[in-house]
Amino acid sequence: MSRREPLRGEMPHGSMWGRVGAMVLRHLYLMRSSWPRVVELAYWPTIQMVIWGFVTLYLLQSSSVIANAAGVLVTAVILWDVLFRGQLGFTLSFIEEIWSRNLGNLAVSPLRPHELLVALTVMSFLRTLIGVLPATGLAILFYGISIYDLGLPLVAFVACLLVMSWALGMLVSSLILRVGQGAENVAWLAIFLLAPISSVYYPVSVLPPWLQAIAWCFPMTPTFEGMRAILIHGTFRPDLLVQALALDGVYLAIGAAVFLYTFRVARRHGLLLQQGE
Amino acid sequence: MQARPARLWPRRGRHAICGRVSQQPPSGGAPAIEIHELTKRFGDFTAVDRLSFSVAPGETVALLGGNGAGKTTTISMLLGLLLPSGGSVRMLGCDMARHPHRVLHRINFSSPYVDLPRRLTVGQNLGFFARLYGIPDRRARLDELAHALDLEGIWNKRTGRLSAGQKTRVSLAKALINRPEVLLLDEPTASLDPDTADWLRSYLERYQAERHAAILLASHNMAEVERLCDRVVMLKAGRLVDEATPAALLRKYGRTNLEEVFLDIARDRRSEHLPAPPAEHSHHTEGGEL
Repeated sequence: MSRREPLRGEMPHGSMWGRVGAMVLRHLYLMRSSWPRVVELAYWPTIQMVIWGFVTLYLLQSSSVIANAAGVLVTAVILWDVLFRGQLGFTLSFIEEIWSRNLGNLAVSPLRPHELLVALTVMSFLRTLIGVLPATGLAILFYGISIYDLGLPLVAFVACLLVMSWALGMLVSSLILRVGQGAENVAWLAIFLLAPISSVYYPVSVLPPWLQAIAWCFPMTPTFEGMRAILIHGTFRPDLLVQALALDGVYLAIGAAVFLYTFRVARRHGLLLQQGE
Repeated sequence: MQARPARLWPRRGRHAICGRVSQQPPSGGAPAIEIHELTKRFGDFTAVDRLSFSVAPGETVALLGGNGAGKTTTISMLLGLLLPSGGSVRMLGCDMARHPHRVLHRINFSSPYVDLPRRLTVGQNLGFFARLYGIPDRRARLDELAHALDLEGIWNKRTGRLSAGQKTRVSLAKALINRPEVLLLDEPTASLDPDTADWLRSYLERYQAERHAAILLASHNMAEVERLCDRVVMLKAGRLVDEATPAALLRKYGRTNLEEVFLDIARDRRSEHLPAPPAEHSHHTEGGEL
């Protein structure tokens, strides 16, 4: 598409990536100004990894199953945190705009709602990296367990979980936009509703058959089953990866559609100017 | 009053309307703001009721009314923050309910209902908004604003630690960052001391004169309105009850200042003070209400 040259004295209004970059920079400024925010990002993933590392060491002494796949639990914990931190990173970046009463400024700027989604997604990715990378390093240092031993499939697993985390982040942010800050706790709790059926720490086969059917409807189940297939049986299951990616596509489309619809509803009800502390 | 250096902006030779370019001078073009039968209902409550008025480029218009009269709701609809229940809003020729992003880069606003991120410094905040609005030669524009609005001394200070007057100057810098052709200001001098408020009015007068911008101002400060505004739109319970120049309103109500006019309207006392038939430039709407 051709772009009209700006006239003398007229302000051109930049590109989508310029606006997304501005949003990302704004959140990086915020993180730089507040070290507790950065520490908090890495705190829980590290603590979780340490606890489950000791559990693994204990089980190694008594279980041949665990001894055959020493890194399963720690790897599962770290990958679960990718999902959790990804969703939280998306939602908290959105809530920061509400806390700072900046949503009205953004809504009347050239930033479009879908660009806001892209910016929040980039922030989620960065926050997840900051949160999870130290835990992966410490897992190697403390227990000699490296999730990087998964090789290239690790990239696929992380991608599957991140995309699902963004979809969840969009749904939770929509709820907060619609209901207000009273729904803020949902940001922290939403993911745990799905934890029992995500097959993180146990195979999906331990669930009752009716719950297994539900579990397979979410991309976490094929992702964690795929992880176990590599770590326990040494086989890569492309069928599970394809299933996870297909489900990711569906949930991401639903999440984006709900967010954009909610943004429009917020314009109808005047919620964009009422949000704040 | 503390003297601050004036800053001249380059004048625009041509006027762009909704992405297209008009060769007409701004004053001869379409209204910068045009609302027609604008209505907003929240359930059974009608916040804005069939409101119609326009603002020409280069004109400053005040939106007056008591609390709950519908000023902020009207401004929210003008900005596309709120969808109307009926009627239309056009800004620089664009339908704000349908295509707000075609003109949002040519508009800006300042409102007590929004804040700038408090943990960011003044420089970071303005740099962020300059990027968001795609300002070319960002550094020069930021320097220009810092100089014109006397922000150099607080450039590296966190926005959350500024005084009310400093915050207002920073908010105004944000509102002017894209050299808006339409500027919407919701109570711009509320909570300011008289000196800072007077300085801000002078600045707005200069900006309006230099850029030929359309300014819509919601205010409770009648002296401010008399000084700044070419025209006044009076609202009550979401309806337009009067629209005229400040001088015409004073003549019409037989008062010496706008505050008395405001009280007459707010307390339904208009008929007691009407000395003569409606004056020039004044048109009366929803007259049965008064």
